Amino acid sequence: MLRFIAAALLAASASAFAAEGDINLVIENHKFTPDRIESPAGKKVKLVIDNRDATAEEFESHDLKIEKVIPAKSKGTVFLGPLKAGEYKFVGEFNEKTAKGVIVAK
Amino acid sequence: MFGTALVVFRETLEAALIVGIIAAATRGIPGRGRWIAGGLAAGLVGSLLVAGGAEAISKVAEGMGQELFNASILGVAVVMLAWHNIWMSSHGRELAASAKQIGGAIREGSKEMSVLLVVIAVAVLREGSETVLFLYGISASPENSAALMALGGAIGLVGGIAVGALLFAGLLRIPLKWFFSATSLLVLLLAAGMAAQSARFLIQADMLPSLANPVWDTSGFVDNGSLAGKALQGLLGYDAQPSGMQITFFFTVLIAIAIGMAWARRRSETVPATPATA
Repeated sequence: MLRFIAAALLAASASAFAAEGDINLVIENHKFTPDRIESPAGKKVKLVIDNRDATAEEFESHDLKIEKVIPAKSKGTVFLGPLKAGEYKFVGEFNEKTAKGVIVAK
Repeated sequence: MFGTALVVFRETLEAALIVGIIAAATRGIPGRGRWIAGGLAAGLVGSLLVAGGAEAISKVAEGMGQELFNASILGVAVVMLAWHNIWMSSHGRELAASAKQIGGAIREGSKEMSVLLVVIAVAVLREGSETVLFLYGISASPENSAALMALGGAIGLVGGIAVGALLFAGLLRIPLKWFFSATSLLVLLLAAGMAAQSARFLIQADMLPSLANPVWDTSGFVDNGSLAGKALQGLLGYDAQPSGMQITFFFTVLIAIAIGMAWARRRSETVPATPATA
């Protein structure tokens, strides 16, 4: 069982490293930069979220089905897609008024 | 303040609905109040620990620790709920029928409740740790008035608990004839929904394929961002855009538990004198 978990983790990390063209997203002052991200459609992409604020944020997107807490002053990784062409909204759930953005898959 | 209240309400809602269902489903089990309180307390302490250790958890497993953690605790809850429902299929009616509890039933009842304590603790912990991080975040921000934020948080918390209490009170009004069937069905859906949510976290961690995503889209009808969507998510793992894997997890768990329940019921009917009632 342990070996299986280790293998699964290895496989997951291998695919994490294999992803080309990672997208970087910064959270600062409870805002996303950039707040409009273009991403290739039909391809799996790694999104690295860098939270530079002193407080945690929850990256949440119902369109992308992602829900992930990014602790203060740390980075978090999520995988996108493969996405169909279109717009996918996301928010920072802890600061919904300011933390908003959209991913455009083309 | 209202923003704070709304976020806390949303986070509390899911846990409150789960606790409401369990409180109703365990009607007739001796000492259930203490067990439920124990589960709530464990969940609250756990929330603080998980919130405090959020960074450490995130770093595990190549940054996918949070997903694995969520998927695992949901998995534990699914197993516990399955056990509960199968146990109830053979003991539920006796419990409801007799006001007097026999020694064996009390022992069995505590085993049963210790299982549900874990479910309550897990439900509170999942939503609670996020709430702690959120409240900590706004309290750290200088432009917010601490008193107003605290008030907002309290309003949200009370609101969430009130909805759970309403569900509980509503369930208790169901006539005894249908009561256990109704609560068993709710627990069954709860378990299947949690399995589907667990699958979602494993897909998010890139450890399971999504198997077609989404299979359908009902976000125009009930969006997951809405309060109704959140409540349905808590009750049956509702996802407006479910993936094939989530649907597979949902129905696999649903059918497996249903088979277990049918088996337990048949066994208790063919063996009339169980040790607990002898």
